Amino acid sequence: MAQSNKPPSRWNDERVERIMGTLLQSGVIISAVVVLAGGILYLLRYARLPLHYENFVAERESLRGLAGLGNSALHGDGRAIVEVGLLLLIATPVARVLFSIIAFALEKDRLYVVLTLIVFVILIYSLFGGAT
Amino acid sequence: MPLLVVAFHVNIKYAIGASLISVIATSSGAAAAYVRGGFSNIRIGMFLEIATTMGALFGAFLAARLAGGIIAIVFGSVLIISSVLSMGGHEEKFTGPPDRWAIRLKLNSAYPTAHGPENYEVCRVPAGFGMMFGAGTLSGLLGIGSGAFKVLAMDQVMRIPFKVSTTTSNFMIGVTAAASAGIYLRRGFVAPVLVMPVVLGVLAGSVIGTRVLVRARTRWLRIIFALVIAALGMEMVYGGITGRF
Repeated sequence: MAQSNKPPSRWNDERVERIMGTLLQSGVIISAVVVLAGGILYLLRYARLPLHYENFVAERESLRGLAGLGNSALHGDGRAIVEVGLLLLIATPVARVLFSIIAFALEKDRLYVVLTLIVFVILIYSLFGGAT
Repeated sequence: MPLLVVAFHVNIKYAIGASLISVIATSSGAAAAYVRGGFSNIRIGMFLEIATTMGALFGAFLAARLAGGIIAIVFGSVLIISSVLSMGGHEEKFTGPPDRWAIRLKLNSAYPTAHGPENYEVCRVPAGFGMMFGAGTLSGLLGIGSGAFKVLAMDQVMRIPFKVSTTTSNFMIGVTAAASAGIYLRRGFVAPVLVMPVVLGVLAGSVIGTRVLVRARTRWLRIIFALVIAALGMEMVYGGITGRF
């Protein structure tokens, strides 16, 4: 196993972390704006209906598929727009992991490229693959 | 999450979905402020995330198959115990032999203090890794960030300085929650209209909170942290016994 005698370069790590922080915060701000916009649209249309969350009914099918979701969002469905915002929010940590793979590759830290890839594969599996 | 269930009578499944989303919002929202401090260690975070994300998948798998009441009671008890543990403290420096894994994985590093950068060495890596799998499982099972457990594993077991533990765990809870959020979303446990106000509130709160942390004293952080998890623990046990979950 490759083992470097010098400590990891702090300057590189720090720069990577700073870019990562900016990336995460932009992702959060964008998703917050989308969620807020969708929420306002939804409230304008359905403000007078009472909400019922005491009983559990799985969200309707059209909101769960990606294609159906995009379609509803484009038609100005407030709920769908909120959910697009939530997907963006879930994507921010995934983007961080993806960015870390690139950053470790640039630092030529092969061990951590592999370790980070494992995390990335697990995340992708959770989002798209396998049984629920 | 207990607040949603108790105060607003939201069904536990919607609460889990909303809670996971709010965990991600907290983690990503606070990230930029933490990063600027230079406390977090991305190698420790990334290595341990292998354990937490696998645990999160396992927890989400279990959540569909276990009785809620039992889970809540066990979880609440563990929370109370951990709050007592975290009050104990360990100011002495670790003096044993350096951990093989910590060296091989390049986990040892330094963090800024008032007197310049201070080096730290990471201990008992395999035990910490194992605890992280447990923390991830709880996260996937209950829809929490289980940041308290991640801090416990890093602070008490791996002997990572408290500020490094808390900021690194903040990074980790977002990735961990994303691992189970995908599954919960596909199960239809995320109600967009319920989550919206939760997300916006959490974002505002985490931005204010991180401004405080960078300046706060470690001792007070510990006490507040211990009180919060003790209260959460009692809440969970009570809820489990009265069959609320």
